[in-house]
Amino acid sequence: MTDFVSLENISKIFGPTLTTGDRIASKLGARVETRSIHAVSNVSLSIEKGETIGLVGESGCGKSTLGRLIAGILSPSSGRIILDGGPVIRNGAKVTTRVQTVFQDPFASLDPRMKVGETVAEGPITHGLTTKSDARAYAALWFERVGLDPVWLDRYPHQFSGGQRQRIAIARALAMQPDVLVCDEPVASLDVSIQAQIINLFLELTRDLDLTTIFISHDLSVVQHVSDRIAIMYLGQIVELGPVDEVYENPAHPYTAALFGSVPKLVLDDDELVHFDTIEGEVPSPLSPPSGCFYHPRCPLADENCAKARPEMTGISNNRSVMCHNYQQQLTKD
Amino acid sequence: MSRQDTPLTRFWHEFRENKIAVVALSVVVVLMLLALFASLVSPQNPYDLANLSLMDSRRPPGFVGSGGYIHLLGTDPQGRDLLSAIFYGLRISIQIGLAAGFVSLSIGAALGILAAYKGGRIESLIMRLVDLQLSFPAILLALVIVALLGQGKVQLISALVAAQYAYFARTAYGAAKAEKGKDYIEAAVATPLGSRLVVLRHLVPNCTPPLIVVATVQIANSISLEATLSFLGLGLPVTEPSLGMLISNGFPYMMSGRYWISVYPGIALIILIVAINIVGDQVRDQFNPRLRK
Amino acid sequence: MTETALSVKNLATHFFTRTGVIKAVDDVSFDLAKGEIMGLVGESGSGKTVTGFSLLGLVDEPGRIVNGSIKLKGKELTTLSNAELRHLRGREISMIFQDPIATLNPVLTIGQQMRLALAAHERITARAAADRSADLLTKVGIPSARARMNAYPHEFSGGMRQRVAIAIALLHRPSVIIADEPTTALDVSIQAQILQQMRGLAAETGTALIWISHDLAVVSSLATKLAVMYAGRIVEQGPTAALLRNPQHPYTAGLIGSLPAMTKAGSPLKQIPGTTPSLLSLPSGCPFAPRCQRATEICQRAPEMVTHGDRGWRCFDPVGQVDEVTS
Repeated sequence: MTDFVSLENISKIFGPTLTTGDRIASKLGARVETRSIHAVSNVSLSIEKGETIGLVGESGCGKSTLGRLIAGILSPSSGRIILDGGPVIRNGAKVTTRVQTVFQDPFASLDPRMKVGETVAEGPITHGLTTKSDARAYAALWFERVGLDPVWLDRYPHQFSGGQRQRIAIARALAMQPDVLVCDEPVASLDVSIQAQIINLFLELTRDLDLTTIFISHDLSVVQHVSDRIAIMYLGQIVELGPVDEVYENPAHPYTAALFGSVPKLVLDDDELVHFDTIEGEVPSPLSPPSGCFYHPRCPLADENCAKARPEMTGISNNRSVMCHNYQQQLTKD
Repeated sequence: MSRQDTPLTRFWHEFRENKIAVVALSVVVVLMLLALFASLVSPQNPYDLANLSLMDSRRPPGFVGSGGYIHLLGTDPQGRDLLSAIFYGLRISIQIGLAAGFVSLSIGAALGILAAYKGGRIESLIMRLVDLQLSFPAILLALVIVALLGQGKVQLISALVAAQYAYFARTAYGAAKAEKGKDYIEAAVATPLGSRLVVLRHLVPNCTPPLIVVATVQIANSISLEATLSFLGLGLPVTEPSLGMLISNGFPYMMSGRYWISVYPGIALIILIVAINIVGDQVRDQFNPRLRK
Repeated sequence: MTETALSVKNLATHFFTRTGVIKAVDDVSFDLAKGEIMGLVGESGSGKTVTGFSLLGLVDEPGRIVNGSIKLKGKELTTLSNAELRHLRGREISMIFQDPIATLNPVLTIGQQMRLALAAHERITARAAADRSADLLTKVGIPSARARMNAYPHEFSGGMRQRVAIAIALLHRPSVIIADEPTTALDVSIQAQILQQMRGLAAETGTALIWISHDLAVVSSLATKLAVMYAGRIVEQGPTAALLRNPQHPYTAGLIGSLPAMTKAGSPLKQIPGTTPSLLSLPSGCPFAPRCQRATEICQRAPEMVTHGDRGWRCFDPVGQVDEVTS
């Protein structure tokens, strides 16, 4: 498998920013938060060219952080990210334009004081993809590509609806002609009927432009629909990885099973009483993750080993892997 | 889809709805025009000694002087027509206010935004300095600087700038910190765009609304501060009397009933400052509800 | 014979703004039986939240209820004064909001807030208040409730905060609770826990529940009947499963059809074209007509609600199997 994007042992640690006052106070015995958040812990992932990999998990799992690491917005605390043989970040700064991002809130991600045409053209002009004189025509092209009328290039973000703004954000990202697109919850802030439009746009564009995509979402049904492979994250680690249908049909990790079981489904039968496979408790604080396997306090399959030893990412088949001591039990569970 | 609709036109439409603010704005504009064209609208050039006659000094409003025209507001101890003196005084007050305001804005905003964007040691250094500055009463600081540098337009403006840049710095810092965390800045950085572009094209334009609010208030403050200094005799030299100086000149005559020498320049000063403050209030109110989007 | 907890007839709430009249809620009618759970579904601008606010009398200027009747256990609410409404709010009818940060006072402990909520409507000793509060908190799934009562809202996670909000809403055993997107901001596993709990609680306390949401799946797993709103009107209503299985209104059908679960993975989703209309410039006639594939000239007239038994729809040319409904 050719790795187009390769994440090698990526970790991202957010330490507390201690001022001199804090340091003195903690020496004197005051309670100052000195723990770090391990937002992403030792994640390795290989992404093929042209594939869409869905990144799912609940709050605090690290999927947004991982997305930002891949996009070059954050630099990893350790490990490296390679894109087509070259680094994404060097010396703390992003050195490639080949990976672009679409953010969750389309209103917040567009500069409210800039005309949208200028926003779309800014990156390409700076990086030589178009000249100042051709910028308008260039932006118009991408506008049409995402289904917007080029006559609106001179409008401001507040004059558009949510769905249109997200199209502008997609146009901005694509105008940089990236090979890799990181989409961080791109449809979460949109109305349901608009979500369908944007998802369809996304499917069309990734196919036409042969984009490699990392699709981050908390909405499992959306991820299932657009992804080839899916990666489930929990407390900064990828706990399961594999083709989306296989993982859905037969999850190998207890958390994956519980997560899919928690998703409400449309009730079409009068007598059906929807039963939720609820997970006990809540996600632990990322400041103090549990010992051994992070999931063991909530896991129905946990034994003493799980509390002591951290599981490794184990290959199940040639394209599935899971981070669990007892995954065989889960696979054979009904 | 609404018609072509820049942030500026939106702002103006909302502004227009507050009648009082519109009146205040008109007053400010009128006063500025009077100041600008002082030499044209004044019956007399009060600084041309050839025009002055001591025979006309300390005359009450309505007196017809040796120049052949009515002194609508009376004359001052040197025989100057008070109305003309007020117009020229307005010019100086507004000039100083605008100059001090503009320079303070530039320096303060630059420091504040730099501190917010860079973070770390630079942030601590700059903002501690600003905090220190803010703990001093402005007038005290201005007095000290004028005492050190002497009198004159440049020195006076420097004193005012030193006393006021901190407000701009603090406001710009707050705004820049808030904007820095927003997605569109992150998106710009992610393109990637260099720091200079991000700060100049994205951060600064979005920090200007609160700075404009501070600017209107600070211009009024500059004018008031300058008047105070001039009243104390530490402002501009006697040859360029600002409104403060005029008030000061007339002070000894208050007790003997020749109120007009101090009162009318005082009223002019008050009208100017109040009008600017009302406009500033409206601008501030308009920028606030925008935050709930 | 189940008594009616809430009866809404022809409710209309309009906002009189400088730029025009926004008919946020226009001719909404429904009944809610004791202990029944109803889902109010719609997208942004559909009027579902304003409906909820109208029921509580929480609509502020420039909006007001212009027409209609709201009867809570037979008592008419639209004619009550503010003071009388305040007397009822929290006691007979209460609300749970999407973001509990907004409803919980950050400077008071949970215990204090619950005691205040109790004392607002009845004379109760501190001890009794603490007992009742702890009891309810345990019921909504907060472990070590007594100890946790001394904690502040920020010390709870999002899911826990929402449970506290639910507990507060249940304090006076109201007849009706209106829940406005209470699980939208929560993780899916927490949402599942809360949905499970709500079902049990509603049955146990006999409280009728209106669950406002844009998520059909969430609402269908909890509610026994649904009302779908569009541009301020209820365009379809009926028992949950029957409605979802056989929707009559094109909008309902479109919403169901656009769900990713309804299309093979990787294929384009069935999308509803266009966008929701601006409430300032609603077309005369059926508000959905501009986006409807089946619209004809008759749709230039506003459709009335057609009822068949416990189902109803506002459409001249329903998209589903009408005979299945009427038989």
